[in-house]
Amino acid sequence: MMTYIIYIAFALMALGMIMSAIRFVKGPTAADRVVALDTLTTISVSALVLLAYVFQRFIYVDVALVYAVLGFIGVIVIARYLEGAL
Amino acid sequence: MSIMEIIASILIIVGSIFLFLGALGIYRMPDVYNRLQAGTKATTLGAMSLILGIGFLEPSWMLKSLVLIIFIAYSNPISSHALARATYRRGNYPVILSDDKDMDAYQEVVPHEKEKEEKV
Repeated sequence: MMTYIIYIAFALMALGMIMSAIRFVKGPTAADRVVALDTLTTISVSALVLLAYVFQRFIYVDVALVYAVLGFIGVIVIARYLEGAL
Repeated sequence: MSIMEIIASILIIVGSIFLFLGALGIYRMPDVYNRLQAGTKATTLGAMSLILGIGFLEPSWMLKSLVLIIFIAYSNPISSHALARATYRRGNYPVILSDDKDMDAYQEVVPHEKEKEEKV
């Protein structure tokens, strides 16, 4: 039963990643691309935590935490650059 | 299935549905501000719910899951706010369809530029 629930969750997250990647490729302005990148980062963090449960490796949660920190700093830096303050 | 697994599966399904809806909003919405609205709030709730579900599934991972949830809960609104501010100050103003022109109250702080060229 748990296996099917994890399959459904991975399928929904994969569809979401595909749609965010489409917006990342064809977004009209730079801000659209950064928003899509932010969403991709959040979905990837969730996928990493779910993969940590699937493989029973606790260290993958640390990987997800570091990836969340790096994505947050990246979005802040790109936003400051677009604003012209960097 | 124990009671913890039932709670965890409900949380995981709700979280992945919200992640999917956030990405659908990113794909379908017409404007940068609408995309920010859809892509940040729904995704924050989805990620928090899914990570909490994993914490219920493996109770020894609960502490680090809570750390991750707290980090997501404060970092996602900050990044979306910085992005909206950068977009506005770049000259990409929101489209207002109603007759009330004072609805965009932020233009008292950041006056609009006269000629609006499309910046990419």
